Amino acid sequence: MNDQKATSLREPLFHLTKRASISSAVAWLIRLAAVIIGLAVSGLIAFLLIEKLRLNPKEGIAKFYRCFYEGIWTEGKPFWENRSIWKFLKDTAMLLCIALAVTPAFKMKFWNTGAEGQTLMGILGAITVAVWLVPQARNASMSVPYWTLQLLMFGAAVLASTVWALIPAIFKAVWNTNETLFTLMMNYVAMNLVNMMLFIWRPKDFTLPSMNFDKLSFQFENLKSFVNNYLVIVLAVLALTFILFIYLKYTKHGYEISVVGESVRTAQYSGISVKKVIIRTMIVSGILCGVAGFLFASGLNKTIKPDDVGGNGFTAILVSWLAKFNPFGMIVTSALITVLNLGSAEISSDFDVSSAFPNVLVGIILFFVIGCEFFINYKIVFRKRSNRVKGASIK
Amino acid sequence: MNIWLSYLIDSVAFGVTFIYGSTGEILTEKAGHLNLGIPGIMCMGGAGGCLVLNTIGKISMAMVEKGMSPLPGFVFVIAGILGAILMSMLMGLIYSFLTVTLRANQNVTGLVLTTFGTGLMKVIMSKLDHTIYLEGPKEFYRWPFHMRNDPLLYLGVLFYLSIFIALAASYVLYKTKVGLHLRAIGESPSTADAVGINVTKYKYLATIIGSAIAGLGGFYYIMDYSGSREAYLSIEAYGWMAIALVIFALWRPHFTIIGSIVFGFLFSFGSQIVNIEGISINLVMTYLLKMLPYICTIIVLIFTSIRNKRENQPPQSLGLPYFREDR
Repeated sequence: MNDQKATSLREPLFHLTKRASISSAVAWLIRLAAVIIGLAVSGLIAFLLIEKLRLNPKEGIAKFYRCFYEGIWTEGKPFWENRSIWKFLKDTAMLLCIALAVTPAFKMKFWNTGAEGQTLMGILGAITVAVWLVPQARNASMSVPYWTLQLLMFGAAVLASTVWALIPAIFKAVWNTNETLFTLMMNYVAMNLVNMMLFIWRPKDFTLPSMNFDKLSFQFENLKSFVNNYLVIVLAVLALTFILFIYLKYTKHGYEISVVGESVRTAQYSGISVKKVIIRTMIVSGILCGVAGFLFASGLNKTIKPDDVGGNGFTAILVSWLAKFNPFGMIVTSALITVLNLGSAEISSDFDVSSAFPNVLVGIILFFVIGCEFFINYKIVFRKRSNRVKGASIK
Repeated sequence: MNIWLSYLIDSVAFGVTFIYGSTGEILTEKAGHLNLGIPGIMCMGGAGGCLVLNTIGKISMAMVEKGMSPLPGFVFVIAGILGAILMSMLMGLIYSFLTVTLRANQNVTGLVLTTFGTGLMKVIMSKLDHTIYLEGPKEFYRWPFHMRNDPLLYLGVLFYLSIFIALAASYVLYKTKVGLHLRAIGESPSTADAVGINVTKYKYLATIIGSAIAGLGGFYYIMDYSGSREAYLSIEAYGWMAIALVIFALWRPHFTIIGSIVFGFLFSFGSQIVNIEGISINLVMTYLLKMLPYICTIIVLIFTSIRNKRENQPPQSLGLPYFREDR
């Protein structure tokens, strides 16, 4: 009777406490474990969904996991001519670039879900300049100097993205309008705007809403074509990563951002103008989105479609958050997500499944990665043995 | 039928997709969770319902071959709805486990859920046979107007259910103790916890029930309003609209009924306007009109934040994880 009462009063089997600190090595180990478990589970789900895999399980599973490697490396090709690895580097760089753009805002807990639209506006800005300027010059039988055009496109891209980022920021700063929903809606306004512009620009004999401008790409004659475009992009984004790291860590602006992120009150008491910080930080975000938009417009696509950013604006949020807003960590996380994307695209072509299959795999693995953050932030403390038992063992 | 009237009824029917989606999202948001996974949940709701219909459609066909009579219509309707509800509850469970128990970031979790849900739906739907899950059962869902060929056709079983659910959700939220507790959690979970409300339980239930309701939206769109085999490709976009409608309806489920008609009206304005005689507009305008629902939502968002009236604000703790030991 007495015993029963004692058990009912015992503390619960375990409780949670926030970890004061965790070594980054352990944190990355936990994340690695999550990715591995995620891969295992996604293999299981694939087994249920893909008939080809069930027919020949042993070889199928081996081939399934091999696809993640084949997605980023074509066998038997040297590095500089290996199309897969360069596609991987380019995709990673573009994702990283947009992730860099959302990071400063996230660090001050401004939930910008509008990177998709902001980048798209950057593309639109750059393309608008090209569409407007090139024919005009041609009519006047002149040609626009290459670097002048690039510079103008860059300026327009940055301007358009910044405006798109600035609108929600001003409302947030002045009236505390919910920025998550505001920026989310701005994405769709941007997409419809692109649709409208495509309609306005359509050639008379043209039905598809997409167009091509061959003359506008980066041209570097001494290296092979697809490598050099991509190399410039990768180097540019790496430089941006470095700059953003310094901006966030070693400048007064970066310090103010992290104070606002920690506590708006503290910021106010210490004389930081929160409004100014919000607006300034979103300008930085907008500029970076503009750079990404310019790279898309001028370096890669030379054209525009409403789905050009392809969900990267949303994935960038994951990249940034998984890396705890550390620009160098984001290199790792964006590479991880790109590997998953390319690998599962390879799977869907090898096993004849719907082209939407990559989303399923990436989703499953990311569930585990998101879930594992819990074990990085919190510690599970199990109930200590009751005193009586302890006392007995001492005796 | 008068062309304006038929357009209006079409808007009402189109809006049902949004009523489900945003009523579900409102319940979740009232518990303090911004579920950006709603588009994915709506997709999976549709996929779940169709998966069940595909299975029982085959059973029914086998029964006919054996000389028995086919399964009655109401079996199809109920089984499909249950399939949609179960599948979307499962999605809601994933979301609430990650955000409530594991305290993951809600925006990030929601976005992944949408990626996952839309992908899995496309994989599932590509394996189903539309002659089985869609062509036969479609009629049962469009009862009682399934014989007509004007927009009244779409006002089927799920339409009445949506109105009922929206009104019931409003009643529960604003007139019952359970609703009061739920709203208290959305405003300040620590206060609610101190009063003795089981915060975790409420958050789980609100999210899962909300997901079940949202999932029906996707299912309705496939089976009733669109009734075509390509319908599932556009559900994701309507999911985002449903999230927009939550703001437009000022977090009140019964307002979503009116809001959804406005959204349905604005959304199909571009394609409907060409049917109406006496009105000719520049085609560029139709693209501008497509932006209207989103712009209206932004305006409502700005307007409510400027007026700063207490009861029209998003729940105070929206988007923030709750950990009892935090200060």
